[in-house]
Amino acid sequence: MSESASTAQALEVGKARYPEEKASLRSLLSPLLFMAPAIVLVVVFFFIPVVIVLVISLTDMSTATGFNNWKWVQFDNYLRIATHPNTLPVLRNTLMYVALTLALFNVGMALVIALLTTHIPRRSGFLFRALWLLPRLTPSVVYIMMWKYVAADAPYGILNQHLLGPLGIPPTNWLPAQPWIFVILTNGFIGASFGMVIFTSAIESIPRDYMVAALVDGCSLWQRIRYLILPLLRWPLLFVTTYQTLSLLTSFEQILLLTEGQFGTEVWSLWAYQRALSNYWGNFQWGFGAALAAVLVLIGVVMALVYMRYFQFNQLVQEPKIEAL
Amino acid sequence: MKVKLENLTKRWGPVYAARDINLDINDGEFVAFLGPSGCGKTTTLLLIAGIYKPTAGRILFDDRVMNQVPPKNRNIGMVFQSYALYPHMTVYENLVFPMKLKRVPPAEMKARAQRVAEMLGISQLLDRRPGQLSGGQQQRVALGRALTKQPDLLLFDEPLSNLDARLRLSMRAEIKRLQMDLGVTAIYVTHDQVEAMTMADRVAVMKDGRLQAYCPPNELYDRPRTLFIAGFVGNPPMNFIEVEIVLRDGVYHAQRAGFDLPLLAERGGQAAGRGPVILGIRPEDVMIAEEGIAGEVYVVEPLGRDDLIDVRLGDVHVHVLADPNRRCKVGDRVHLRFNTQKIQLFDPKTEQSLLWT
Repeated sequence: MSESASTAQALEVGKARYPEEKASLRSLLSPLLFMAPAIVLVVVFFFIPVVIVLVISLTDMSTATGFNNWKWVQFDNYLRIATHPNTLPVLRNTLMYVALTLALFNVGMALVIALLTTHIPRRSGFLFRALWLLPRLTPSVVYIMMWKYVAADAPYGILNQHLLGPLGIPPTNWLPAQPWIFVILTNGFIGASFGMVIFTSAIESIPRDYMVAALVDGCSLWQRIRYLILPLLRWPLLFVTTYQTLSLLTSFEQILLLTEGQFGTEVWSLWAYQRALSNYWGNFQWGFGAALAAVLVLIGVVMALVYMRYFQFNQLVQEPKIEAL
Repeated sequence: MKVKLENLTKRWGPVYAARDINLDINDGEFVAFLGPSGCGKTTTLLLIAGIYKPTAGRILFDDRVMNQVPPKNRNIGMVFQSYALYPHMTVYENLVFPMKLKRVPPAEMKARAQRVAEMLGISQLLDRRPGQLSGGQQQRVALGRALTKQPDLLLFDEPLSNLDARLRLSMRAEIKRLQMDLGVTAIYVTHDQVEAMTMADRVAVMKDGRLQAYCPPNELYDRPRTLFIAGFVGNPPMNFIEVEIVLRDGVYHAQRAGFDLPLLAERGGQAAGRGPVILGIRPEDVMIAEEGIAGEVYVVEPLGRDDLIDVRLGDVHVHVLADPNRRCKVGDRVHLRFNTQKIQLFDPKTEQSLLWT
């Protein structure tokens, strides 16, 4: 008797302390309260700007109209993009730039550096990785200026005078001659360090027993990379590929500094920037630029979705990863 | 396959992880490397596996020097404490992975994997991933992976330490049985002296990178050659009492304040006239009796089958295994009789046994 009585009593007390309506309200509010600072940040700095860009892209706002005389033009800007003679070449440039920089450097070279520097003595590995961080640490204007010295027009430039000249290769205006090589190298040397850091830490967090087991099981070092390390790097590979695709799609400062989009190196984000914020005639076409930017956002979202599907993102999240034992 | 280590040494900077280790392992023998953590037993194992290169000395498999042979060409199977199953492969893929690397024909690969899986009772798990298995199942798969490649040498690195006590007992027997049936030479690293004693044909005791002893388990137990071995092997551990051996009326006595024990001539004689020596006696070799050295019960620890009783003799404590029916209580006055046949004597400075060399 006493037992059931005390249970009933406990329930009674519980009810009194947490009345049902109040509980549901509280359970709704308190998480919101905790998330509020982050939500405010996301809304103010991420969400609202996108909305503003989308809104402006539906107007003819420019220096000529000012902020007062603009009018709604619906999808005129998008139609203009669709029929613009620059659209296809710029799109092709952008895809080439992103694909090559990503494949050769931001993922490819990053992986090679990470693998090499984790297979040599620790200290030397650290030194090499530190060297690869230098391009990222150098201010972009200085960094690109150095590249311009390297590739300066004939007869000047480090390439012409010191590297290729002595080999008997005639002096060339390297930048106009091979603009893409330099665009990809300048961006790639900066971009590789990001993936390098992520991949290195992922490789070093693979439990030592796995590494030993693979060798004892009969792997050569190369086979261990192929059968053990790379499969375990799937998650960081997805992350770096996705993140760097998006960041390359929107990056243009090195290209701006190096070629200003000349010699056929105009990419989409640079186009948007030049239309909206910095063109020769001084007529800043904010509406058209915003439409260009909006298209870029769309491309980015589609790419991210494709990656997630390709790498079976859901499966990766559900399954225990490296630490699983 | 026979294994021979000659003056094997591994140095990390100024630290010797293994130093001048000399060891012979016969074909089909089961050898345990026993020692506390950091004693160099795992380093020695990884030297044999080829993961580390020796600083000095030689490793021989059947008279062939292996120092420069990479791990993949040593045909070794290894089982780890952490199981080290590849998390992105299924159990079946884990089992056949070593064979895949050796380019075993697919049909044979499958047959061997199935045979091993059946032997270990994991046939129903072949499609699962390691993350979906219990610890015991994972350890079986790990053992299977080491066996499918038909190794010449099996290495175990504390394989049972992550399992619960009951499972450990059954796996212990199973590994021993498998090793005997297959006749594979095996080296088993452990810090658990019971595992070493029960499984191994011979035990190599290591401390601070050096080999302390290499002998069959019973010899390790009955004739410990160093103080370290005497204290490390056996549970509950051996009692140590600092005494002086004197000859009185033709009989050797081990003496200290409140303690006087007549010794057998062949044991006491080895230690007489040396000043202080350490006398060792196992708790099961001391009995509570009607007469003998007088003391007082200090602590009683019931172990079920026995009571472990801490008896204070003056300023030393001696652990005694006693029959629980005796119902010793704290504060009881008791007398202890020592089995003088089992007494060990050690030099306190060199920590070497005065009886066995």
